[in-house]
Amino acid sequence: MREDKYFLGVDVGSVSTNIVLLRSDNTVEETLYLRTQGRPMQTIQEGIKLLRAKMRKSAEIIGVGTTGSARQLAATLLGADVVKNEITAHAVAASRVNPEVQTILEIGGQDSKIIILRDGVVSDFAMNTVCAAGTGSFLDQQAARLGIPIEEFGPLALQAKHPVQIAGRCSVFAESDMIHKQQLGHSLPDILAGLCQAMVRNYLNNVGKNKDIQGPIFFQGGVAANPGICKAFEDELGQPMIVPEHYGVMGALGAAYLAQEKVGMRPEMQSRFRGLHLAETQFQAKSFECSGCANRCEVVEIMQDETSLARWGDRCGKWSVDVSADIRTGIKELKGGQRGA
Amino acid sequence: MKVTFPHMGNAWIVIQTLFESLNVEVVVPPSNSKQTLTMGTRLSPESACLPLKLNLGNYLEAAKEGADTIVITGGIGPCRFGYYGEVERQILRDAGYDYEVVTLEPPDGSLLGLAKRIRYLAGKDNSWAQILKALRFAYRKSVAMDRVEDLIHAARPRLPIPMETEKLYHDAKRRLAQTMSDKGVQDTVRWVQENIRERQEELGTPPEGFQKPLRIGIVGEIYTILDPYTSMGLEEELGRLGVEVDRSIYLSGWVGNHVFQGLAPGYRSIKSYPSHAKPYLPHFVGGHGQETVGAAVKFAQEGVNGIIQIFPLSCMPEIVAASVLPKIQEAYKVPIMTLIVDEHTGQAGIQTRLEAFVDLLERADLQRGIGQTRGDVLSVEGR
Ligand code: SF4
Repeated sequence: MREDKYFLGVDVGSVSTNIVLLRSDNTVEETLYLRTQGRPMQTIQEGIKLLRAKMRKSAEIIGVGTTGSARQLAATLLGADVVKNEITAHAVAASRVNPEVQTILEIGGQDSKIIILRDGVVSDFAMNTVCAAGTGSFLDQQAARLGIPIEEFGPLALQAKHPVQIAGRCSVFAESDMIHKQQLGHSLPDILAGLCQAMVRNYLNNVGKNKDIQGPIFFQGGVAANPGICKAFEDELGQPMIVPEHYGVMGALGAAYLAQEKVGMRPEMQSRFRGLHLAETQFQAKSFECSGCANRCEVVEIMQDETSLARWGDRCGKWSVDVSADIRTGIKELKGGQRGA
Repeated sequence: MKVTFPHMGNAWIVIQTLFESLNVEVVVPPSNSKQTLTMGTRLSPESACLPLKLNLGNYLEAAKEGADTIVITGGIGPCRFGYYGEVERQILRDAGYDYEVVTLEPPDGSLLGLAKRIRYLAGKDNSWAQILKALRFAYRKSVAMDRVEDLIHAARPRLPIPMETEKLYHDAKRRLAQTMSDKGVQDTVRWVQENIRERQEELGTPPEGFQKPLRIGIVGEIYTILDPYTSMGLEEELGRLGVEVDRSIYLSGWVGNHVFQGLAPGYRSIKSYPSHAKPYLPHFVGGHGQETVGAAVKFAQEGVNGIIQIFPLSCMPEIVAASVLPKIQEAYKVPIMTLIVDEHTGQAGIQTRLEAFVDLLERADLQRGIGQTRGDVLSVEGR
């Protein structure tokens, strides 16, 4: 019976939406990777639809966790039991896979982060969401410019004999410098390897600055698929990179683990999951600017038919119908006593 | 003459009081908002820091209400704030605004020069005795304001309904702004205290294993720390996440040190920061760079769970301070996070970082164990 019960982890970012179905014995049953394309609601629904097609009739989801920049939205649509930020989710996933891990380098499509763990606990972190020179979309663009499929980028870079120096401070400079090197007649692998090195330098200077990088090091996020970047990191740090099996969906995996932690804590708890049929449900999202005070909050509202499921974005609590209010207190329950109240 | 001034958190309450007790007409600009920032950004150089952009927005909004004279404070040293008065004057003139700008600073460090400017603003009808009385009253109000802020910091993580706490804060500010007597000022502080105590009593005895809220010290550039619009509601957000915050600079402490040249200590005096900073940053770097480092050391010594530094993009003194903070993090084993804000900063990014930071502190705190007494937990008497 037990093997028919699953935990669902969903990570909705601006570039991709990742879904992980976790068996109750802690192994991964299914992973989905979808492009968000600026339509997070539809993407989540589509993901659930795909998932339902793959699951047995008798299967049951007994806990749901969400993370990513649209974690609140995902939590509302799905009826999540736990909502967590990306840092915590990634850290949880990595330390479940390997409790020894001390550093996590994570590079996704839009943003990148570094997480330092000691004894399985996050002790320091940094994230970078503005500079595009250290992210997956930068690599995508350059690959497109050079006319090679992104899958060949890494393997080609590994063939480099003499990687060229490319200015990596900023994606605009990197791009023009790369074109210049191309015109000088450097070989494609040498240019690709140079790009990898530039990106790694940029990441270490911007995100990894001042951080105590110690092994074992996990390298995760979509970019970890690129062996050229992996090698550049290894050369720069003098340490091997460990790319975990589910490197692309570690956030979603972490969210699933967090849901499991929470439900496992209290077996009598009923998941709030709204069911696999939510793919057919009609949701509407709207937003408005509150004029109640000078804060002028941008309030987001999610509606199903005519009823409001959740509102957020207000600073004062005037509008919040907050699905996650008691989810957020999760960590407090975990201690057996509320904080401060 | 209709005087106006830039916003910086609750400072308006104190400045308004000062001018009103001297019967000088004053325009309080609308609170900082998206509109303020949009208007100010349009006039500002791209590379200027956030406070300048908001200042200009404040003046434009105040001009609509007939203000013609601007009062701002000055500063010395490498921080650009020192010449904002002049820069702002010129930008406004170029944009066609006929504003007079009076900078309240002790020129060349002399209190006499400061007095002359105050005299000018106060006009002929006020005697020196009246001016001094007004200054003293405004100052006492600012100490009370700081006291109220501190009580709210303590109340946020301890009271169950955030909205009610914010309402209490809001009402307290309104009361303070209105009252023109010392008794009214003291009553307001007491009223806030009573209110919090009553609400706590309603909650009854805390359950077993009750924990003291986490404590985070906030350091950084003064404007960003004091102005919740600029910091994206940092303090409020942390309060909602169950954290009690304390900050390095309170308005009266700063006024006491900078405007009154140390003649008045203010709330939580900032005098000791340079000596705390000594081992890490032994010299003045402009702005509040050295204070930031000193305050971080002091907070670390007091055993806070974490420290957050916040400053506007391109703020040089704070960049210097930021480069020193990792040494303090290492020496005292206290997590320190730096947040940088500009007009493009999104609430969501700040939110994620704050949540992750609090997660980090909570997990570490969990291992430290529990065992506080009820007194510890319920005390909102300030420290
Ligand atoms: S939601 Fe609340 S804080 Fe935000 S603008 Fe409206 S009244 Fe102000």
